[in-house]
Amino acid sequence: MNAAPSHKVLSAPLVVEFPFTRSLGPVQSAFLTGLRERTVLGVKASDGRTLVPPTEYDPVTAEELRDLVEVGRTGTVTTWSWNDRPRRGQPLRHPFAWVLVRLDGADTALLHALDAPEGPQAVNTGMRVRIRWAEHRSGAITDIACFEPDDSVPSTHRAQPHPGEFADPVTGIVAEARLDYTYTPGRAQTRYLDALTTRRTLGERCPRCHKVYVPPRGACPTCGVPTGEQVEVGPRGTVTTFCVVNIKAKGLDIEVPYVYAHIALDGAGLALHGRIAGIPYDQVRMGLRVEPVWTEGGRYPDHYRPTGEPDADYETYKELL
Amino acid sequence: MSTPTSLGGSGKEPVGVVGIGQTKHVSARRDVSMAGLVREAAVRALADAELGWADIDAVVIGKAPDFFEGVMMPELYLADALGAVGKPMLRVHTAGSVGGSTALVAANLVAARVHRTVLTLAFEKQSESNAMWGLSLPVPFQQPLLAGAGGFFAPHVRAYMHRTSAPDHIGALVAYKDRRNALKNPYAHLHEEDITLEKVRSSPMLWDPIRYSETCPSSDGACAMVLTDRAGAAHAPRPAAWVHGGAMRSEPTLFAGKDAVSPRAGRDCAADVYRQAGIGEPRREIDAVEMYVPFSWYEPMWLENLGFAKEGEGWKMTESGATELDGELPVNPSGGVLSTNPIGASGMLRFAEAALQVRGAAGAHQVPGARRALGHAYGGGSQFFAMWLVADEPPTG
Repeated sequence: MNAAPSHKVLSAPLVVEFPFTRSLGPVQSAFLTGLRERTVLGVKASDGRTLVPPTEYDPVTAEELRDLVEVGRTGTVTTWSWNDRPRRGQPLRHPFAWVLVRLDGADTALLHALDAPEGPQAVNTGMRVRIRWAEHRSGAITDIACFEPDDSVPSTHRAQPHPGEFADPVTGIVAEARLDYTYTPGRAQTRYLDALTTRRTLGERCPRCHKVYVPPRGACPTCGVPTGEQVEVGPRGTVTTFCVVNIKAKGLDIEVPYVYAHIALDGAGLALHGRIAGIPYDQVRMGLRVEPVWTEGGRYPDHYRPTGEPDADYETYKELL
Repeated sequence: MSTPTSLGGSGKEPVGVVGIGQTKHVSARRDVSMAGLVREAAVRALADAELGWADIDAVVIGKAPDFFEGVMMPELYLADALGAVGKPMLRVHTAGSVGGSTALVAANLVAARVHRTVLTLAFEKQSESNAMWGLSLPVPFQQPLLAGAGGFFAPHVRAYMHRTSAPDHIGALVAYKDRRNALKNPYAHLHEEDITLEKVRSSPMLWDPIRYSETCPSSDGACAMVLTDRAGAAHAPRPAAWVHGGAMRSEPTLFAGKDAVSPRAGRDCAADVYRQAGIGEPRREIDAVEMYVPFSWYEPMWLENLGFAKEGEGWKMTESGATELDGELPVNPSGGVLSTNPIGASGMLRFAEAALQVRGAAGAHQVPGARRALGHAYGGGSQFFAMWLVADEPPTG
């Protein structure tokens, strides 16, 4: 990503993606294992209703629910919404209907997809549908590939007690989460990043307390007023405190041990963070004078190295730790 | 700054803690869902208070940021498990301090006579989360943090050591003490039966000056409390812990002049709590402290920040043995965060353990005769602070 001209605020995609594990507990374990075995389980609630999908605790009395029952594989659409442009990770790749389906024998409805190739005009509340099972089932809600239209008559199917016990039950699932953002660092940080492309560090001074913020945030967090006056700081600075990192951090390609330090650039009102190199890690000390070392194409200094100046006196940086 | 809340002050309803429950904290509770986990703590708190779901007027729940487990607004799906259907349910959100803030929101609802009996609960299922990922998203244009959570805090520890000339071994003393205390707490996560000071001191140096044994574990767990008014407490089967003061303060993670070693928000928060509770000399008047110490050196740092030791002398207090279970001011009799860290619940565990002490219900880690105890939590980059002071008698006036 190249820096934009100063009048243009930067922006970039930020994708947050992670596989989360989930322990299921007894009820969800039975429900998902059941789907793997083409069996849909619900649970009997205190008021006699059959809840599908089942819940662990009664929505009325809060009591623990454990009486599992098996319901039908056909059901009735209780409401629906047409999805014209399916997104990644959704049950079908072509347009489909999101439906709430009350399976025969259940008193509540399950959310899923309805494959309706003839389009939304073929979908209506009250229509009969049946489960289309996925070919490969693992014990997940996606074991139901989707629902499809069915010509059965509304059934008087009654929920049948089920022990909820299966061989090799599923006890956990992995839920992939993904969030797509567009991130913009704002005007102040854009100005700061622009200056860094010419290897200059620009802070912004608070008009009230006169502290220079690096990196600038556009406002002084203490005084609550906008900062606008740009002030060049550094390039040299002082190591105000540090630690020696002995374990590799995930996603960081830096050989350990290395020194992670707070560095107060000359003229700055607070320290920023950087890596110290060009000196054995066990000789780094508070007060060490350092300067940035750039690598070609780097947005930030790669690290800081000693300048050879005498160490700074603690009194000069004690409020910049 | 907003008008300080005042628990225990005149005109407010006295708030009593009449039920406390927690799970046995472990690294992974694969046998329960999140709902099952919170349920376990809530059921134990209700049993302690001898109350049922119908006796609860509102539920206040807290946990660390949603990113940790990746469930957006988990409180919605936990309502059934906590008997919250048809009742007010609030979620509190202040990073690592959230367990403390959550308890304070619940206490204020009772103090303000909005509700008579409130169930408050906090949890984390760290085995199903990724705290590191949740805390350090790779934000475009920004320099990545060059160290993990410990690396973030280690420079502050070095700054403390430099500022106070504390000798290197203090951190190890804290870890050795807290891990031994944990052996007396059946709910604690780490039970290191063979712990020795030498083992702590020879454990690997992760983020110099922080060693492996001076860091907190990653736990699955939940903690719940039932808070009620004077009339409710009168019917309680066991003694109540009475809230005499409670306060929250916050400040930015980074600003010019921030004192990360002794943040002003922490000092101000403690001063407010002591003012409400009428405490003039905290070290003399408080019998036990449960403070949020995720890295061992934070004990001496917070001893100073909370006014138990003069500036620069917190480490001397630790070194003297004053904070041991049989010392003059026991700190973290439960084993603390160093022994148990379900992040969202950790703050509430501090508050609950303080309450257990003044109820005389802490079992093998009871501080004999404890009448006043402080529960303390902090979170973010030393950004959020929450504290309460509980006592064995209701506040007067």
